[in-house]
Amino acid sequence: MFELLGVPPQALFGQLLLGLINGSFYAILSLGLAVIFGLLNIINFTHGAQYMMGAFVAWMLLNWLGLGYWWALVLAPIIAGVTGVVIERLFLARLYHLDHLYGLLLTFGLGLIIEGLFRNQFGSSGLPYQIPAELRGGQNLGFMFMPNYRGWVVVASVVVCLATWFIIEKTKLGSYLRAATENPALTEAFGINVPLLITLTYGFGVGLAAFAGVLAAPIYSVNPTMGANIIIVVFAVVVIGGMGSILGAIVTGFGLGIIEGLTKVFYPEASATVIFIIMAIVLLVKPAGLFGRTA
Amino acid sequence: MADTAAYGTAPAGLALPETKGASALHRAIFIALAVALAVLPFIPVIGYPFFLMKVLCFALFACAFNLMLGYGGLLSFGHAAYFGLASYVSAYTAKHWGLTPELSILLGTASGAALGFVFGSLAIRRQGIYFAMITLALAQMVFFFSLQTPRFTGGEDGIQAVPRNNLFGLIPVGSDLAMYYLVATVFIVGVLLIYRVIHSPFGQVLKAIRDNEPRAISLGYRVNQYKLTVFVLSASLAGLAGATKAIAVQLASLTDVAWQMSGEVVLMTLVGGMGTVFGPIVGAAVIISMQNFLSGLGAWVTVVQGLIFVVCVLLFREGIVGVISKALRRPL
Repeated sequence: MFELLGVPPQALFGQLLLGLINGSFYAILSLGLAVIFGLLNIINFTHGAQYMMGAFVAWMLLNWLGLGYWWALVLAPIIAGVTGVVIERLFLARLYHLDHLYGLLLTFGLGLIIEGLFRNQFGSSGLPYQIPAELRGGQNLGFMFMPNYRGWVVVASVVVCLATWFIIEKTKLGSYLRAATENPALTEAFGINVPLLITLTYGFGVGLAAFAGVLAAPIYSVNPTMGANIIIVVFAVVVIGGMGSILGAIVTGFGLGIIEGLTKVFYPEASATVIFIIMAIVLLVKPAGLFGRTA
Repeated sequence: MADTAAYGTAPAGLALPETKGASALHRAIFIALAVALAVLPFIPVIGYPFFLMKVLCFALFACAFNLMLGYGGLLSFGHAAYFGLASYVSAYTAKHWGLTPELSILLGTASGAALGFVFGSLAIRRQGIYFAMITLALAQMVFFFSLQTPRFTGGEDGIQAVPRNNLFGLIPVGSDLAMYYLVATVFIVGVLLIYRVIHSPFGQVLKAIRDNEPRAISLGYRVNQYKLTVFVLSASLAGLAGATKAIAVQLASLTDVAWQMSGEVVLMTLVGGMGTVFGPIVGAAVIISMQNFLSGLGAWVTVVQGLIFVVCVLLFREGIVGVISKALRRPL
């Protein structure tokens, strides 16, 4: 058995894959935050709760309605997206003329409410969600064993990230979005319904979070605190990447997941903090983040 | 665009001018507060020294936080880091080194100040909501550090049964009542210090930066130095609150450094009225009492807290003291 940098290859590649999977979640979540921030100028603190909601909606669809994983993958983002639209219309729309910190505080409060409600309903211990039959088993790649489901998560999130990037950067709808980000008043003067665009964007961002939640459901146990645990890391990812660019969210998300995985191999004690340490270094060198425009 | 816009509108702090009458009113309130604190333990139902100590520590914590948010316009979402680290340091030195309360509280405060200097230097490089996210992420580092060094922090158990050694090695503060008066003294001194800072020339510049940063820069103020100074001051006072809490409640635990604690202190300030001198005290009393009396409801407490957050942001941005102050037309 050969060794790579003093570590057995199974362990190294295993952790790399784990890092890549975490990176997939970081990427989708920070992408959702970036999309919402772009148009609403609000850091969506509810994002973690909405990710958790995605996982729970998948669980409810299966256990209450008998609808399986593939249904959940489509329906959960739509259901969560609709709740997002309601939240935007009822609450966030009243805050745009105020200091941005009120948006942050409001979404923080909403996150507490959602998390508390789910904890009351389902307890805090966590519920299992089966991997769908089609994706059970795994592949022997020679140097490591790769479970099919984990491969699927990486592929699905890369596809979703690239599709989002494509819509925003390359389509007409995306050009409206970017125009509305730059100058809402002027865009509105061209006859584009900017408030509607804002509402739908929020719904879409929430949908992305819920999609990540469904992907996560079979890997982690579905529990009310899963969102609270991941969202702080995603904030750090966002600071490192810089909020200016969609591509930044995707690249830093995957990159930091991998770095975290590698740290787990070589210096496990630091694996929980490595992302925050990188954040501190990036702030020292490039305060606007790696891909961000200078503020 | 986002960053300048964030400073275009001041937080809901009051723009009422300070007058001679106002400072006389403030003096009267401070005297009333001191008298109330002296007699409170003897009033039935609410007069549990243990409960009151907790309220006072969190009130000081909220005042420290408000110094930054209400007067500096800086929303830190990681204030639990200074509070929590200081409570660990103070609990550890009291328990394992046998230090007297004043020394361990001093060491705790110093650790809050040092951490505030390091995190502040990093965080003031960005503004507005980025600033909030960075402080939150940095604070999370402290949380993981506390989780992973059980030798120092006791891990999941925390540092329990922290001894209340004799004050200055002479005065016993073992009883809840004696300890209460120590906490009340620390609280009053802390709040008076904050009051002094707010009404000093330094505080005036701080408010100018809060209201219009580009203008303050163009007037020649070194804005970043002011921000860092208020950051360190606020972190030290948060540390003072945490260190005192650890000795008073005889416990330092992971709850003190968790990010939910950072959220709670924001909530206290918001409920009481950010940018007011007395708001955070009222806010802390309301939130701690709520947690105390609703503790049987379990996770519903979180839901209630979230609801208060939403209501405060949508309808009640001035907070309790802010509303009273507006009615009286005097800054409080």
